[in-house]
This record gives sequence, C-alpha cells and structure tokens, in this order.
Amino acid sequence: MNPFQFQRAQDDRGAIEAAADGARFLAGGTTLIDLMHEHIEQPKALVDINRLAGRDIQITARGLTIGSLARMSDVAANREICAFYPVISESLLASASPQIRNMASIGGNLLQRTRCTYFRDPGVSCNKKQPGSGCPSRTGAHRTNAIFGVSENCIATHASDLAVALVALDATVCVRGSAGERNFPLAEMYRLPGGTPHVEHILQADELIVGIDVPAGPHTAHSHYLKVRDRASYEFALVSAAIALHVESGIIRAVRLAAGGVGTVPWRLRHVEQTLVGQQFDEHAWRDAVARAGEGAQPLTQNAFKVELLKRVLFRALEEVADRV
Amino acid sequence: MSQGSVGKPMDRVDGMLKVTGRAKYAAEHVLPNLAHAVIVTSTVAKGQVILLDANAARCAAGVIAVISHLNAPKLPYREHKSPLDPAGERLHVLQDDAVLFNGQPIAIVVAETLDQAEYAASLVRAEYASKTPSLDFVGALGHAVMPDVSRVPNSPFPASTCRGDPELALAKADVKIDAEYLIPRQQHNPIEPHATIAQWEGDQLTLWDKTQWVVNVRNELAAIFGLSPDNVHVISPFVGGAFGTTLRAWSHVTLSALAAKYVGRPVKLVLTRRQMYSQTGYRPETWQRVTIGASYNGRLSAIVHRAVAETSNYEQYVDRVVDSSRFLHSCPNVATHYAILPLDVHTPVYMRAPGTASGIFALECAMDELAYELQMDPVALRLLNEPARDESVNLPFSSRSTRECYRLGSEHFGWAARKPEPRSMRDGRWLIGWGMATSVYHTICGRAEARVRLFADGHAEVESAASDMGPGTYTSMTQVASDTLGIRPECVRFSLGDSTFPYASPHGGSLTMASVGSAVYRACMTARAKILALLHADARSPLRGASLDIIDATDGRLFLRANQSCGERYQEIFERHGLDVLEVTEMMQPGDEQHQYSMKAFGALFAEVGVDRDLGIIQVRRMVGVYAAGRIVNPKMARSQLISGMVGGIGMALMEHTITDRQSGCIVNADLANYLVPVNADIGALEPFFVEESDPHVNPLGVKGVGELALVGVAPAIANAIFHATGKRIREFPITADKLI
Repeated sequence: MNPFQFQRAQDDRGAIEAAADGARFLAGGTTLIDLMHEHIEQPKALVDINRLAGRDIQITARGLTIGSLARMSDVAANREICAFYPVISESLLASASPQIRNMASIGGNLLQRTRCTYFRDPGVSCNKKQPGSGCPSRTGAHRTNAIFGVSENCIATHASDLAVALVALDATVCVRGSAGERNFPLAEMYRLPGGTPHVEHILQADELIVGIDVPAGPHTAHSHYLKVRDRASYEFALVSAAIALHVESGIIRAVRLAAGGVGTVPWRLRHVEQTLVGQQFDEHAWRDAVARAGEGAQPLTQNAFKVELLKRVLFRALEEVADRV
Repeated sequence: MSQGSVGKPMDRVDGMLKVTGRAKYAAEHVLPNLAHAVIVTSTVAKGQVILLDANAARCAAGVIAVISHLNAPKLPYREHKSPLDPAGERLHVLQDDAVLFNGQPIAIVVAETLDQAEYAASLVRAEYASKTPSLDFVGALGHAVMPDVSRVPNSPFPASTCRGDPELALAKADVKIDAEYLIPRQQHNPIEPHATIAQWEGDQLTLWDKTQWVVNVRNELAAIFGLSPDNVHVISPFVGGAFGTTLRAWSHVTLSALAAKYVGRPVKLVLTRRQMYSQTGYRPETWQRVTIGASYNGRLSAIVHRAVAETSNYEQYVDRVVDSSRFLHSCPNVATHYAILPLDVHTPVYMRAPGTASGIFALECAMDELAYELQMDPVALRLLNEPARDESVNLPFSSRSTRECYRLGSEHFGWAARKPEPRSMRDGRWLIGWGMATSVYHTICGRAEARVRLFADGHAEVESAASDMGPGTYTSMTQVASDTLGIRPECVRFSLGDSTFPYASPHGGSLTMASVGSAVYRACMTARAKILALLHADARSPLRGASLDIIDATDGRLFLRANQSCGERYQEIFERHGLDVLEVTEMMQPGDEQHQYSMKAFGALFAEVGVDRDLGIIQVRRMVGVYAAGRIVNPKMARSQLISGMVGGIGMALMEHTITDRQSGCIVNADLANYLVPVNADIGALEPFFVEESDPHVNPLGVKGVGELALVGVAPAIANAIFHATGKRIREFPITADKLI
C-alpha cells in the first residue's frame, strides 16, 4: 500500500472540500482498500465519509429514497423494500458475502470497479490503468467479461448487481459537489469504455453521491433479481437479470428489464421490454421477447455462451416473476 | 496395543490452542529487531532482466536493503535432491538475470515494517529482453517428452507399460470407449500463506517455516548456503493447511535466509496470496485419453490410458496419473503411457492425491461411459471386473474391500432406486443425476523415527520430526503412545515440527500415521520391553520374568493380561530401580512385506446432483463415501478428512481452475475471489462411512491413511452424476453452467 493522508469528514461540505483537494472518498472500503493493497489505486489522500448523514431509507407514495451511506445489508433487510421493491433486496443478497454487505455502502457499491482480473493484477498493464497500453483480456482470458457495450479498448464487465436492479427501475442519483447539487438517471452516470475505459462515470472528483431515488410504480412490487454464477454464493454474475412487471388483465402494461454480467455498464434491455409491452403475459410472448436479447452483442470465443444464457435467464426470470404478478 | 483411546473419536489435543489463537504459526513468532521482506516478481515469462532500477525503492522510508541478482551474494547451491524433488535443477533465486516464468522473484525489499517493504517493492522498476514463451498446454501437446526418471530401469514412473496385447484386444472388443479428458491446473490454496522467519547467529541458521517436512528444509537450506545440516534448525510446530504445497522448500525460504544474512537481522517473509500462485507448486494441467474394450457381457478386455502433464522447463515434475488403470479393475490387456510437457512455467508439486485424483477422473468416467454403452449398472460393471489380485504386479492385495464399499455405499445412498436412463429423474426444473466412482490410493510407509521419554511420575514425552497440516498428527500420535505405554492421553506430550527431533518422512501421501505412528508404537513397545528387562530378575516385582506378549498396560500400570491383579505401576518400578527417565528411540522402515503384497486403500463414492434444466446451474445435493482404509485411529478426525476430501472434490469437479494467460504467463485469477473453491452453499449433505478392515500386512498399526483417498473418486462421481442428469458427457474440468446449456 502506498503512503496516504487520512482525514475524517464531519459533514458533506468537509468531505467535498477534502475531495476538491484531491482526497478520495472512503465509505465501507470494501473495494478501494483491496485495490490499494494491490497498488491498483494509489490515492494520495482519503477522506472518511462514514460520519456523514445519509443512511436513511424512506418509502413514500412517490418512491424510494436510499441514503448513499446505507449499508448493503440494511437495505437488503428493509421490510418495505422487500415488500415493494424486492428486486433491490434480492440483488443485494445475491452480492458479495454477509461480511462485505455489512460494511459496503450503497454509493460505493454503485462505483465499485470492475472485477476483470487483468485490471486487478498489478503485474499487468491494461487500458483502464495505463490508457493506451492495450486490453490483455481480449486476446487472453475473457470468459467472465462483457458482450455488450464493449470496445476495442475494454471488455471489462460492470460488477454491481444492485446497479442492474436500479437501472431497471429507472433510479436517479443525487450528487453534491463544490459546484452544487444535481440529479440524473443512474444509467447516465456510467460511461461506456469507448476510447477511454479509464473514465467510468460522469462524476467530478469532488462529487459525492448522497442518495438514490427510485420512482414508485405498479411494477416495482412485482420485481425479481435472478443471478447465475459459478458458485452459489460470494461470486459475481455470469449473467443476471433484473425484472419488474406491471400486468393488468393478463396484458403486460409495463416492464423493466436489465442484465448484469454481460455489459461494460449495467445493461438495460429496452428492445426486449418493447417487445413485451402490450402483449399477453404468457410463455409465447416471453419466448418472442427473449429471442431478441442477444441483439447487439459482441461476444468473443470464451464468453459467447452468455448470449444464450442471457436468453434463458430472462425467460426464467419471467417465469419466476409470474408467480408474483 | 491394549484397549484405550485408539479407535475412539478423541478431541484434538491441540484444538484449544488453535481456537484460542495460542498455536503459533510460522509468521507469528516474535523476534527482536525483526525486519520485513517483500518479493518483487517478474512480469514476463521468459527472457532476461536487462534493467532493474531500485533507486526509488532504496530511498523510500524504512528501507534497509533491496537485493537482486545485481548485488545478491552468490550462493553455493550444492547439489541436493530429496526423494520428492523432481529431476532437473531447482530455481537458483537472484543468482542471475534469467527469467524462467512469470512471477519469478527478481528482487527482494527489506524494510523496518511490512507496509514500508510493500510500498518500496512497488517502486522497483524492471525491464526485460523478453522472448516468446511456450504456454499453451493443449496447443503444445505434440511436444510432450519422456521424463528422465522413466529412463532408469524399473522406474516407478515408467513412460510406458504393457501387459497382454491391448491393441489386438481393442480390435476384437464388442464394445469400445475412446475419450479424452482435460483437467486444468489447480492450486492448493491453504488458508495459511507460506511464511518463513530466518535468523542467523554466526553460521547458525534458524528458520521458523511453514513446512510439511522440517528435515528437508534443513538439508536443502544447508546445501544452498553451503552449511552442514547441523548448522540449520527448522521449527514448524503448526501448519495451517498445506495439501502438499509445502513438501518442497520453495525459493522464498532461501530468500528469507539470504535477506537475513544480507541485512544482518532476522527477516520475516510471507508470500502474498497472489505470489502463492506463481512461487509455489500446483496440480499440473493434464490431458488424458482412455480407451477401453469390453465384451457385451461387460468383461473388460483392454485398457489403454495415456496422459500428458505440464511441468516447468527447468524441472521435471512427475506423478502417478495412469498407475491406477493397471490394477483397479481386472483386465488382461493393459497399456499405460505417461509423458510430460515442459512449458515456461514454474514447477508443479504434489497436490492432494497427486496424479491418482487426476487419473481416476479419466478412468472412472470412461468406466461410466462403458456402463452406459453396455446398458449395465455402473456398480455391477465394477463388481463384474473386480480383480482377485493386483494384476499389474501379480501380487495379492494386503487387503481390498471394494466389494464391501460398493455394497454399503449402494445401500446408504439408495442406489437401487436409480433409473438408468439419463434425464430420467427430475425434481421440478432440476434434472437429477446419480453417479458413482471408485476411490483408491496406494498405502505408503516411509522411514520414521520416534523418541519416547517415560518419566518416573508416569508421564511421557514423545518426539518426531513429523508435521500436522490438519489431519491431527498431534492427537493420533498421542493416542498411539497412550495406548501402547498404557498411560492416559493427558500424560502424553507429543511434539513435532522440529528438525532436531528424530527423523520423519515427509508429511504427505497419507503416510504419517503408517510411518510415524508405527515408529511411535515401536518406541513405546521397546520402552515396555526395557522395563520388563529391568524386572527380569527383580525379585520384588510381581512381573519378574514376564515376557512382553503376556503383558498389558493401562493407567500407568503394567500387569499380566491373564491376571490383572498381578502387576505394578511405572512409578514403583522407576523408584525401585532409581530411574528418573527411560529414553528409547525406535525406527520404522518399510519391510519385505512391501514386496509380498500390493498395499492400497479403496473406497466408493456416490453423488447426487441437481442440474437446472435451462440454466445449467449445478448443485451437489448429497454424497455418500464408503472407505476401507485399515485401522482408523481416530474416527472423528478421519471423518473430518473425508468430508474435506469430498469438499475438495466438489471444487475439483465444478470450480477449481488456475487460469494462465497464454501470452504473458501471468496467472489471471491469482486470488481467492477469482480462483473459486466451494462455499457452504455449494455443499450438500456429505456422508462418509468406514468399512471395518483389518490388515496385518501394511504396517505394525494396520493403518492405510485416508488423506489422499478422501479426494480420489469424488470429482468423477460428480461428473458421472452430471451425465446421468443431463445426458451430456463433459470431459473437461471444471464443469460449469456454460458447458451444460
């Protein structure tokens, strides 16, 4: 680990000022500290934001608000979230381990860095770490890497399960920085790798995520997260799906679908949604819709299976959520 | 041995020390003035270091020294080969600019604290003249070579063996199976990382090390530094898991001693998890092809088993991949071929059931394929081909209880209810599969010595330079000594893990109980004999003139077996003869019986898997394992070993896979987040059983060992169950969802 300065912020303002001076925000530390151990992240200073307000979880008629410092385990166990936004709770319970969920914050979860093992190996150069150095995964091991949103420069998968659920639910992010406060859809926070895979989001260095807003709707209670992975727990997705549905009189009125483990960012499947909306909620419609899930995929040899697996995961997610409609 | 603690599920004598943190592992020893070392590793697989810039590192806070081939002392590296060391020459660390694999130590940074050393190590910059490495195992299979060890007469690792005429028999066979199997490289991943503390006092070197073999670390380090073995003292009382990875002294042990000498202070060196993947060995990647011929009635007529395993370009690691095919099932025509494929990687090493676990995967899956081809029950097929003797050496088995293992296993598992057709058993969306396989491991006995000191107050100290990586050596030896001397277990103190103790063979290959246990038994028996000799003409002893074979001992008292009231306490005897302590050292050495019998332990594994019909997710729902391994000294600890073997087998079949980047040679998944081993949620109900087996030939204790046996056969039973569930025969580990959809 490189030497670094450490300070503890008492309020948002102090944290933002420290960040404007070059400090990195430290919440649960479950990503950043690991990467510092491996010298992948080498911040000169850290500012501990754990004393800041922002752990509240509020549900109103307009929607759900989650403070960015709420712990994954708190959100996962929240009864109202389990009842009215089950996809959020399920995505969290399918993430990491209980120990990590007890520490990790919601804001940090959304900004966690890729698990692409080339990125995490200090002995290897890659475009995310040393722009212009190449992508060793493309020609090397890439079974777990992305099939959507990839570029010649990067195929690293976005790792967060929660982000997939939140992108499906059209969540927005509230951030605060030295230039003031702003809100935008979570899906817009993430940047595709393109030619600059080291730039992963649109936040300024001194911008702090303070909360997540999830709009209410008749679909949120009928939602589900399904994750397929190489072991039953403590493992990232090969393919996952977040789904939320509003069915009325057997007709699909609204549907939200996003996939994890397949995109360089949480991957919304709007064309699949469009195929489903207005259809009878039955297997026939599901089959037609999921057949389109692979459109736009750019798989490589080892991860080509994700195209077919994605279709099957979506179909199963529809089957399982049918029980809740 | 009298009735006592052997055969009882005694708790671990070191259990309390371990769970309260008082058991001190290698890196936990505290020495004054201790400095910390961190290794800098190569990032290319082949070539030379042409520039090593350590200036920034040397200037970093707390740094004491940066040592590389540019300034390291030239070490004598006298010739040294333990019986476990492969042909070739070990890595000579920091002695020149050559890079032989990615992750090779190229420098070592010594600093006041670990943090300072880690940071400074990250500042060392290296440049290389890099050559294109050979790293593609499957692509390079055509370049496999015969190992040097196969060239000697009667080699234990023959390149080829043949009995009968397998080719002719295959040509005539009614039914033929011909299939290729791949096992990726796998890593031991013990919880405790490799660690060494080295301290020099003049030319006396003390090492606190994590090792399964203190004697070899002593001898090897003495050879490397040009010392007499007497000048090296290796201490290793506790080992936090190993599975074979510490059967050699890897280069970090040398580096710690080299660094300690260079800086003139004791130095602690702990490998990072990532470094464990490139600086310690692994189970080599293997390609296998098994061809089986059989008649329509299920009798085997031919087996041809070929294997190629990876090794490094500087050492030829070999293991017993194809051996089991020569004797496990009765077959008149058998050929085996074994070759190695040198690549620009570091050297593999023994990993739990080395070779055998890999070979049995191919053989027992091929047998399963044959059973389907013949439309015969897999258990029935094996029973039909049960050999009467070891056909490979034409010797009787010292004992072989496979039939009983199959019978009990079938019964406990409920095998009779199995529907033979693939995909015929369901549970909702889950396809259910039942599969089985045979387990086997050869019983090894090595030279071992034990010293017993029996004290006048009736307590005993027993020592041997053995190890306890987890199976419970401390406890089982305590049980043997307690029963043989006839004193309560609390009165025995068994010590191990010190190179000044009497010699012990490596703590691997499941040989510790057979070897060290037998030495302890003999030493204790000799102690009893010596006491009887004292009493021979002792008019005051009720046991005068009694011979060893009519005597028993319990609770600190010797007595006539036929008349328990006739006897006396050790205390009385010692006092009368003015003895404070009686000391005996005895040796166990494999005897002639090794040439009169084929000695093996056997087992049978039964697995139930569920495979998600659409998603390919695999659950191991339950497993039954039945094992015949001679006398079981401690059923509680043996059971733990079996369960751990089953868990290891689940990992081997479904998850474990060290991924090497075929261009750079870096290990792509060199941490426990990305190298998957099963978590609790992956493990269904595991039910191990023992078959009672009495084997008078294997060794004085009649034990065969279970550590290796526990792993063998688990993975093929799971692979066979997956076929039964899905109708898909996956011949490449790990079997993952993507291979099943």
